[in-house]
Amino acid sequence: MFEGMGFQDFVFYIFAAILLFAGLRVITARNPVHAALFLVLSFFTAAGIWLLLEAEFLAIALVLVYVGAVMVLFLFVVMMLDINLDRLREGFWEYLPMAGLVGVLMAAEMVMILGSKNFGVDKVSAPPPKPADYSNTTELGRVLYTDYLLPFELAAVVLLVAIVAAIALTLRGRKDSKFIDPAEQVKVKRSDRVRMISMPSFKEPPAVEAAQNNKDQA
Amino acid sequence: MVGLSHFLVLGSLLFAISVIGIFLNRKNVIVLLMAIELMLLAVNLNFIAFAHYLNDLAGQVFVFFILTVAAAEAAIGLAILVLLFRNLNTINVDDLDQLKG
Repeated sequence: MFEGMGFQDFVFYIFAAILLFAGLRVITARNPVHAALFLVLSFFTAAGIWLLLEAEFLAIALVLVYVGAVMVLFLFVVMMLDINLDRLREGFWEYLPMAGLVGVLMAAEMVMILGSKNFGVDKVSAPPPKPADYSNTTELGRVLYTDYLLPFELAAVVLLVAIVAAIALTLRGRKDSKFIDPAEQVKVKRSDRVRMISMPSFKEPPAVEAAQNNKDQA
Repeated sequence: MVGLSHFLVLGSLLFAISVIGIFLNRKNVIVLLMAIELMLLAVNLNFIAFAHYLNDLAGQVFVFFILTVAAAEAAIGLAILVLLFRNLNTINVDDLDQLKG
């Protein structure tokens, strides 16, 4: 069975098996932490498959951005929340027949179109191997900063919006904060701070008290 | 010999798995988000396979942008999730019925 199978084919089948197993565990794991860790495994394996496809920059970016940042964010959130797993797992397998039917049908339809009949080795031949000094990162950067400059800038704006949105959503005002709004401070008028009260500067002593004083002296 | 169809079939299987995952984990928002990430991974695999076999770098550029948008989506989705948990003390989809839909 393994005769005539090159090293790359071997690696592909191993990685494909790990990727599918990790994907299955992501959706069936009971503990969300385990699901997140299996998602890390699937991203890592996918990065290996991308290396087989000579997309070196994106493979490393997937490991750095996804495994390093997004999945750590997922793990943070999963561990921060105190969730009742039993309620979330109620009726977990209830929709399995329906889900399995839809999933198998979708997979079968896609395999019929994308299978080796239309996209096999004889239909789409592998490109010639790149020379040793070919750099995927350089080539990607060349098109990214020329042909795709506007989408690249828009992607930066999307990330900025995501930062602002994530912070604005989760920001919680502190009750004991001594913060003063500078705009309110500038807008203040004299009448907001000082209250003028009309008061006489000298007060006459009451008449009864004066009479009493006179009586004592006498 | 591994051809283009192998990678495409692998991507479609991964996509089908994540669709099944959305059905099964319909109450758990966190795992729903993870299933969406898995779907995006399957689509990215298709893009990169075509980029390699058609010798066209545009597919890789597309994957670059999909990664960017997916990272933004994950950050905002998790922020909404944290907000939801802080206000309702649950992430069960069944309890999210304030809009009476």
